[in-house]
Amino acid sequence: MDPIKESLLKTSRKAKQEKFGKLVTFLCILLIMVMVVAIILFVSLKGMATFVVNHVSPFDFFFGVNWNPSAKPPQVGALPMFLGSFIVTILAALIATPFAIGAATFMTEIAPRTGKKILQPVMELLVGIPSVVYGFVGLAVFVPITRHLFGGSGFGIFTATLVLFLMVLPTITSMTTDALNSVPRNYRESSLALGATQFQTIYKVVWRAATPGIMTAVVFGMSRAFGEALAVQMVIGNAALMPTSLTSPAATLTSILTMGIGNSVSGTLENNAIWSLALLLLLMSLVFNSLVRWIGKRSSLK
Amino acid sequence: MITDTETYIRDLNKEGNEIAISTDDLHVWYGSHEAIHGISLAFERFKISALIGASGSGKSTYLRSLNRMNDNIYGTKVLGKIYYRGLNINSDKIDVYEMRKHIGMVFQQPNPFAKSIYDNITFALKQHGEKNKEKLDEIVEKTLKQAALWDQVKDKLDTSALALSGGQAQRLCIARAIAMQPDILLMDEPASALDPVSTQAVEDTMVQLKDNYTIIIVTHNMQQAARISDYTAFFHQGDVYEYDQTKNIFLHPHIKLTDDYVSGHFG
Amino acid sequence: MNYKYSKTRRTQLIDRLAYKVFYVIAILIVLILAALLIYILVTGLPHISWHFLTGKSKPFQAGGGIGIQLFNSFYLLILTMLISVPISLGAGIWLSEYAKKNRLTNLIRTTIEILSSLPSVVVGLFGFILFVLQFHLGFSLLSGALALTIFSLPLLTTNVENALQTVHFTQREAGLALGLSRIETVLKIVVPAALPNIVTGMILAAGRVFGEAAALIYTAGQSAPAINFSNWNIFDLSSFLSPFRPAETLAVHIWKVNSEGLIPDASSVSAGASAVLIIAVLLFNFIARYLSNRIYQHMTGVKS
Repeated sequence: MDPIKESLLKTSRKAKQEKFGKLVTFLCILLIMVMVVAIILFVSLKGMATFVVNHVSPFDFFFGVNWNPSAKPPQVGALPMFLGSFIVTILAALIATPFAIGAATFMTEIAPRTGKKILQPVMELLVGIPSVVYGFVGLAVFVPITRHLFGGSGFGIFTATLVLFLMVLPTITSMTTDALNSVPRNYRESSLALGATQFQTIYKVVWRAATPGIMTAVVFGMSRAFGEALAVQMVIGNAALMPTSLTSPAATLTSILTMGIGNSVSGTLENNAIWSLALLLLLMSLVFNSLVRWIGKRSSLK
Repeated sequence: MITDTETYIRDLNKEGNEIAISTDDLHVWYGSHEAIHGISLAFERFKISALIGASGSGKSTYLRSLNRMNDNIYGTKVLGKIYYRGLNINSDKIDVYEMRKHIGMVFQQPNPFAKSIYDNITFALKQHGEKNKEKLDEIVEKTLKQAALWDQVKDKLDTSALALSGGQAQRLCIARAIAMQPDILLMDEPASALDPVSTQAVEDTMVQLKDNYTIIIVTHNMQQAARISDYTAFFHQGDVYEYDQTKNIFLHPHIKLTDDYVSGHFG
Repeated sequence: MNYKYSKTRRTQLIDRLAYKVFYVIAILIVLILAALLIYILVTGLPHISWHFLTGKSKPFQAGGGIGIQLFNSFYLLILTMLISVPISLGAGIWLSEYAKKNRLTNLIRTTIEILSSLPSVVVGLFGFILFVLQFHLGFSLLSGALALTIFSLPLLTTNVENALQTVHFTQREAGLALGLSRIETVLKIVVPAALPNIVTGMILAAGRVFGEAAALIYTAGQSAPAINFSNWNIFDLSSFLSPFRPAETLAVHIWKVNSEGLIPDASSVSAGASAVLIIAVLLFNFIARYLSNRIYQHMTGVKS
């Protein structure tokens, strides 16, 4: 028989190789999926213990204003930390967004060459600086300045906001830059050809067209700010009290988490309550994620 | 609009010539769009067969089905039979990797690997188990000579193939394909991205290769088909309208549509 | 007429003003970064000495070094990359080469997005229950490396996928037409062609891993016991190579010194350590650019 014909009917080494390769690469993907499912499952299980084992009512947890799980009777109101996280996140995003849009516009519309040469490497470096370094700078610079300006200890929401502003600025800027870059060139040219000035073109045409992209960028930045742990923990003062002023010590979900896990015994209400905070943090991260998807879907429908 | 739907397909199966590859009622679907509507053709061994036709006539799609390159395009379905060495190779029972060793392909865009000239030719051979350095050297020299590239690159075999000009890169791709010593060489508009001088060189190469290889070439260039091919198939809207010896297609076409196309009235 | 004139003037005025505002913002951001870098380097560099870089940290007194922490950071980075690079390569290849446009692929992409947006402290806590407690690995380099693997996988996988996507499909066709299998084509042709981008992404990810602390506090631990650099037995806890020993890294050290405040020279130790971290990150950036250029040149014979 024709040897070529025969070889065509057998399974070659290549075919086996291909099957093996496809399987191995899929196992890698599967591993990542399993991890994510495991994370959500473990944190949920641990976090639910407060409600299931310790019979704390979810209402008391979400809306309680006192956090003192080691007291008798224990108080596990998560609202102070949740509000703390929320306020620093919103404030940081509020300050960072104008800067980010300004910087992104500078890089795409005003001076693309200088922007690419100077501003972009600057942003890349800001992203690269580890969060503990931001925390340290916050501690060594922002805390004393705040103390000097507003009195008090210097720790608090205001300082945390400043640190987070620096940390989310490059994230929001780089994503906004991408959004502005994806606005088709002829939009600008048509607008300029109709006699609009450059700034009119920017804010009436370019920004408007890029709004979904910019919103995605801001939500991404907020998601980072909400989940940031150490930098915030180092400067916010970690007092689990309802925030009353921007310059008095407060706490976030992440800061109490970081401190609490090591200081409590597994299985106790105190420990379980801290895991519930982790669950809350996880849920918020999922919320931010869905928000990004929702914006993406809405803008693609238009 | 020409509405003539008469066809003339020469059936080489009945003429006693040796057939290298043939299709029987071959259909290709891209999703819900049928790109090829049941084509039956037989290609004679050690001849050059040209597939001509306007853009979108399905000639490239047909060619790419012959060594099942369309398998890799998501949503593509190829139905019908492709006979090679008495086997229907459009079947799950056929080892597609082994098959492609014998039915090679040269593409429209020169696509050398980001490797040295030498490695471009020997890479696949090594992957298929050829380890003998002397034999590899010999193959590199032989194939580069066959592709009319040896004199230009013999002193820089270890430099990157990405630095070659378009024409040189395409000839390297031809050398790379024939290094596998295939039975059949499928060429998808191999000269369309090249200048006239390189085109000439590639055409010369093909004519030389005819002694040892069966070549099926898709081309936009009618003169090229007339110059080098023995048989020509005229494709139109996913069907073959006429298939015959090249001289007949160009001098005495059987149907009006072919005549209109080869004389430049449309396309 | 008059009205029209004034409106045009106002528009022009706004335009010029806006122009200036954009410049001010850009300059301000550059100044902020410059101030940040200068502050860290000016306060940190004076503390950096051979003694500081190699010496042992002291729990309660001043004058401690960061030698063990620095070594731990690098060793942990290597361990993490050893685990995560192959996995991310496999996952990235699957996404780029095998993923079909269907529900499963959508689900997988969503999962990876979720993982990439998880706060690192949550990853650390997960590592704590699973690796430290469940797998009985304790506070150890291995636990830390596994947690950092989870942290870095989405980053690396996306990077690999994007890098592979920049390689033209004709390269894949060329390989397949020569009778090579798809996986062979990808590993031997597409991956090498995408190598400059893959390497850049990996080194930048390494920079992030190097500076990460939140995922490590409860996995690699917060203590840096003395290690013996002449002990090559990786199963001996005192060996510098042992992946089973607790290992505080540089980033964790900065956090701990500052939040516990037990040593009197906390601020100078963290200034020095911060400067070292920043210099390392700068180096990672620089190496990434240099290497990717070199690989590109080597591959193409062309200078980019």
